[in-house]
Amino acid sequence: MPTDDVRADGPSDRGVVAGGAEPAPGEPASSEPASGEPASGEPASGEPPSGEPAPGELAPGEQRPPGPAEGTLGVQLLGEALRASGVAVGTGQLVRCRRAVRVLGGQDLADRYWAARTTMITDPGDLDVFDRVFQVLAARAGEPHRSRGAARGPTHDTPEAHEGPDSHIEVGAPGEDGEDGERGAIVGARASAHERLRHRRFDRASDEERAQIAALIDQLPTVLPRRRARRRRPGAGGTLDVERTLRRALHTDGELITHATRRRVDRPRRVVLLLDVSGSMTVYAGALLRLGIALRRGAARDASQRVEVFAFATRLTRLTEALGAEDPDAAIAAAAGEVRDWDGGTRIGAAVDGLVRTWGRRGVLRGAVVVCCSDGLERGDPDLLAAAMARLQRTAHRVVWVNPLAGGDGFAPTQRGMVAALPHVDVFLPGHDLAAIEDLVAVLRAAR
Amino acid sequence: MNADVAALLEALESQAYLADRGLATAVHLARSLGRPLLLEGDAGVGKTELAKVLATIGQAELVRLQCHEGLDRDQALYSWDHARQLLQLRALEASGERPADHVGALYDERFLLERPLLRALRLGEGAVLLVDEIDRADDEFEAFLLELLADGQVSVPELGTITTPTMPLVVLTSNRTRELSDALKRRCLYHWIGHPDRAREIAIIRVRAPAVPEALARRVATMVARLRGMDLYKPPGVAESIDWARVLTAQLGAGVVEPDAELVGDTLGVVVKDHDDLQRVHAAFDELLAS
Repeated sequence: MPTDDVRADGPSDRGVVAGGAEPAPGEPASSEPASGEPASGEPASGEPPSGEPAPGELAPGEQRPPGPAEGTLGVQLLGEALRASGVAVGTGQLVRCRRAVRVLGGQDLADRYWAARTTMITDPGDLDVFDRVFQVLAARAGEPHRSRGAARGPTHDTPEAHEGPDSHIEVGAPGEDGEDGERGAIVGARASAHERLRHRRFDRASDEERAQIAALIDQLPTVLPRRRARRRRPGAGGTLDVERTLRRALHTDGELITHATRRRVDRPRRVVLLLDVSGSMTVYAGALLRLGIALRRGAARDASQRVEVFAFATRLTRLTEALGAEDPDAAIAAAAGEVRDWDGGTRIGAAVDGLVRTWGRRGVLRGAVVVCCSDGLERGDPDLLAAAMARLQRTAHRVVWVNPLAGGDGFAPTQRGMVAALPHVDVFLPGHDLAAIEDLVAVLRAAR
Repeated sequence: MNADVAALLEALESQAYLADRGLATAVHLARSLGRPLLLEGDAGVGKTELAKVLATIGQAELVRLQCHEGLDRDQALYSWDHARQLLQLRALEASGERPADHVGALYDERFLLERPLLRALRLGEGAVLLVDEIDRADDEFEAFLLELLADGQVSVPELGTITTPTMPLVVLTSNRTRELSDALKRRCLYHWIGHPDRAREIAIIRVRAPAVPEALARRVATMVARLRGMDLYKPPGVAESIDWARVLTAQLGAGVVEPDAELVGDTLGVVVKDHDDLQRVHAAFDELLAS
């Protein structure tokens, strides 16, 4: 049967060391602990059967308290080890894993492997970790271990660093004085301070100004681009809603007097930010990252799922998860930590190609508005960039390129990377100051 | 190996579906624990096909719900047959009745149109429910489905609650265009179907396309494995391997099992279905052909 050559990398071929693959605490041991265990002809690893009380007597649903588990490849232990390795395993999954092991008889290590994998892993990205953890535990089964305390992940005590919106712009305290002229002056001062900030280049802004700009970006009236949805909702105009019309007719003895209608609705499009974080681009990337966070907090119900952020210098890194943090500063700090090549060299083509290849294949880019932010100073192959951008444009709904250099006087897009990319860009924008970011917000709003 | 799993593997094989042990274990567990089975994997690895074969094996009806954005109750669960309801109203009216006295009769099972989910619930064990490409549906539909799968019942406001006699085997597939909610994932058993290894791929080609000579099947499996290593936008799946083997068999004369470079080049479109990918493959053509 051809099934036997499968799983060449499966656990059964990996040197089954787990002589002690015995039902974990919490499962009824279906066999005699003394004789039934080292079935695979392994070194019998001298496991003390003492830890297992009289087996076979437990009710199917009953769970034994996690007693001393030496010499067992316990479900509990496996779950804890997985959690310690960063795989989220819920209690329900542990319970189900025990049941699964029981269903399969719990004799065969490979059965255990598949039982555990099927019940505990929900993401292919976790499979490698699972395989490693399982292998280690299987190998270690037989040695005494007590890793309960160590298995606990680090507790996250994120300091609440909410300081509220910046008040720097508020010159004086409006409202305290009744005189109109003075108030006008104050408003004017505030407006001009805003205006000055709007056109302050990010790279020339002082730290204080940067903080103010950041606060302003947080408050931008961001709206995700929209697209038509299939679904229809009750509403004026549009097509006849037979069901509701009929219900109304019931109240009037079956006479169709008023017609109910329904119309199409809009749904948000996905926005994908692709940020160059090499060298001097960091400060602009930071501003766009803030914009991404602001977009995620948008009004649409599922706005938080509609924004994806990737960063690159020499390698592509997905930052979306780092954006989940409450505090944008913390998110940016976390993002900076995640992009290992922050401030490295730039290979835009490879990054776009990687994005299109791995994420495009999954459909993340389809119908999305993609915003690339880079100065176009490509160190890699411009042909690769051109090909990847062409692909990107075919897959995505709109491609926006934000080039902070374009904010300078006498800019011409002559950089090798820019020349390669421009034919495949729908909208080209500068991104050097707040006003430019506001333009980008307008472009996103208008992209339908 | 667990005896039930082994039996299942054999049954699948009898339907020309060569599963590996992990997949068979997952199916067996889904059945014995009464949990939905969530399958992920690249396109063309046989996710949908598995559900079809399981239905055949279990002599159950395959109930398929193809998900898409905007999928709602009307299309997934049930809807009322408005035209017939209207006719009924008119008939009542004509016989001099007041239709308002017969609202209950109007919302009768006779006027209920079964959609896939309701159909599967009613059939219970007699159905294999395939929820295809769940990642394409909206997240609120996912939550709705979760509730339905958890309770095994659905309430129709006008009729009351419809409970399933036994849970049908539920297979969900996803192409990972978006992350599914943790709640759904945790409720399901999960299996990632990868591309088969070479030996299995050869076996699958032979089973699915019996006319293909063994030597040619080997050749195709080798070349497809190389294609998958070329980092293409759309790496070929098993379905493509089978098609390619069939096409090559048809093109080759009797007794010839070794396709030449020209034939491989001409038929490449069967496995590589993307212009950029084709260029990439042509650039590395010698590598592909190397024996």
